[in-house]
Amino acid sequence: MSVITYRQALRDTLRAEMVRDENVLVMGEEIGVFEGSYKITEGLLKEFGPRRVKDTPIAEEGFVGAAVGAAMLGLRPVVELMTINFSLIAIDQIINHAAKIYGMFGGQSSVPMVIRTPGGGGQQLGATHSQNIELFYSFIPGLKVLAPSTPAEASEMLRAAIRDDDPVLFLENLGLYNSKGEVADDYAEPDNDSVATIGRAKVTREGSDITLIGYSRMAMVAGQVAEKLAEEDIDVEVVDLRCLRPLDRQTFVDSVKKTGAAVICEDDWLTYGIGAEIAASIQEGAFDYLDAPVRRVAMAEVPMPYAKPLETAALPSVESISTAIKETLSAVGKRVG
Amino acid sequence: MADTAKPKGRTAARSSGTRRRGRKDTSPGLADEKPDTLLDYYRQMVFVRRFEERTAQAYTQARIGGYCHLNLGEEATVVGLMTALRESDYLFTNYRDHGYAIGKGMDPKRVMAELYGRTDGVSKGWGGSMHMFDTETRMLGGYGIVGGQLPLAAGAALAISYRGGDEVVMCQMGDGTTNIGAWHETLNIAKLWDLPIVFVVVNNFTGMGTTVERSSAEPDLYKRGAAFRIEGERVDGRDVLAVRDTAARLVERAREEQTPFLLEAWSYRMKGHSVVDPAKYRTDEQKDEARSEENDPIALFGEKLTREGILTDELRDEIAASVKAEVAEAAEFAENSPHPEVSTLFDYTYATPVPNESTRMPADPVFAE
Repeated sequence: MSVITYRQALRDTLRAEMVRDENVLVMGEEIGVFEGSYKITEGLLKEFGPRRVKDTPIAEEGFVGAAVGAAMLGLRPVVELMTINFSLIAIDQIINHAAKIYGMFGGQSSVPMVIRTPGGGGQQLGATHSQNIELFYSFIPGLKVLAPSTPAEASEMLRAAIRDDDPVLFLENLGLYNSKGEVADDYAEPDNDSVATIGRAKVTREGSDITLIGYSRMAMVAGQVAEKLAEEDIDVEVVDLRCLRPLDRQTFVDSVKKTGAAVICEDDWLTYGIGAEIAASIQEGAFDYLDAPVRRVAMAEVPMPYAKPLETAALPSVESISTAIKETLSAVGKRVG
Repeated sequence: MADTAKPKGRTAARSSGTRRRGRKDTSPGLADEKPDTLLDYYRQMVFVRRFEERTAQAYTQARIGGYCHLNLGEEATVVGLMTALRESDYLFTNYRDHGYAIGKGMDPKRVMAELYGRTDGVSKGWGGSMHMFDTETRMLGGYGIVGGQLPLAAGAALAISYRGGDEVVMCQMGDGTTNIGAWHETLNIAKLWDLPIVFVVVNNFTGMGTTVERSSAEPDLYKRGAAFRIEGERVDGRDVLAVRDTAARLVERAREEQTPFLLEAWSYRMKGHSVVDPAKYRTDEQKDEARSEENDPIALFGEKLTREGILTDELRDEIAASVKAEVAEAAEFAENSPHPEVSTLFDYTYATPVPNESTRMPADPVFAE
């Protein structure tokens, strides 16, 4: 085992997949000469040349759609969208084309492509660069949406995404790129076949008092919350959704059946958000087991402000999630702290 | 620029919604043509005409659902373009795609079955009128979103170029497409990346009910590649040989030079935008014009072949009878093809199966027993 950053896990895995399969190419704005806005593609142009590392003009609809067309002919493009906010320019190609082509033509053509893109607020980027709109893609049958939270998951899930024959939206997070974690020693080997199973959530920490559910950066924050509350003798079970579509409901419902209470933490807005679907699933799957209403911790419903105190206040935090957990537990009469 | 069909004046064009053209026959001569080939084009054009008429009939009888856009009046454009392609070349089109599907080599029976939404349809009933698709004949889709096919077609050309192949992509679209973002983004990328692709704008002068002059600041659409240094040509879409020759030349140049081209084909849409559109935005005069013999590619070509002694009355009748029989056969095939089983509803959501794919029917609980 070695400890590396989430960024390095992505970069080395992407490189390994390019070595492994000639059909894998990467496309996006500033990924070649500039080596990536967040340096995930650092060194790739030098190693693989401009045929396989294609810098694109600022034309998200054009190059995402071109990736879809190339995938229809059997290439495996990995497209980088500089942030998920820019995916809105390409949304017709993602939703009306990438997600539809396999079904709409009766299974004649698959679309084996990956769209890598970071979400995440908290960087003082203002309203149009701080949104978490993975919900839009998680809503769409035909897409697969992955949201890894650790370097090891990032590596195994990226490998799975590239080798999968369907269009995958691969959600990264600005707040995770520098986070560190353990990975297997051979994580960067082209012949490494340990791929994550798409469509499975994971209990990342066992606990008995309450279930805390998150994904991407919020799964990492959930782990921090659990560690902190453990000091106060609150035993939190953490579920990392890992995959937003297909959604593994059984894993978190089973957890809630065990603990009797749930808090969901999400980096998106609450109303109609990912957490709404999780909460609805819990009420349907674990109604008789719930000792308290399901609680959601989500962003304040405003366009994200630039000013630091306002931005910080708008985002879920270890403190706000801890408070929600304690309030939920007091509501059911469980001992708190 | 091959500009064989200049409008007489933009003022007239603006007011009419369609454009009159010179009556002088500027089309290629027949001296070097094989009579059998010419008769084959004629038959293909008649076939598209009858197929579409049968489609309209089946639509009004509610055998075909959804939106239904026909190639009536555009037969010379369809056949000329498809003749210019090799079997190994790829085609992407918009939603007015029935004729192209047949022209690219799809079995008309399976095209009709797709229109009927049956299991023998080219897409097993999942696509319908706007979404003809067949990997074998490399017709990679009719697409219902205006401009949606452009980036895809460029991507297909990218894959060809990536592998060093010698195929070309033809990307058909309507005149209204030249104003959408995907047009600009795709033409730029195609030129930047040296892609072997020919963009074909079928200009029938009307995007649904809006004329080209009311939607395009530069209504000479073949000029609109200039911003990307893409050479453009215009051809009289009523003339199957002119379309074939111009398209073939551009397709071969795209193949040789590995660079994109633009072709605008002026073509009349005889009826409304779709089967249900009575085209009230057209005056009676404009409707007459769109349906006149002067603008009917089949009448024009038939006349020409008759003049040259290639098409006799007897042959004309023979072709009419055999086309009629084949179209009837297609309709019968479609009629008799089974409806898809509801049990196949979840067969095509994903190409790679993964855990937890939803197979829930509308009223099912999320957690089945």
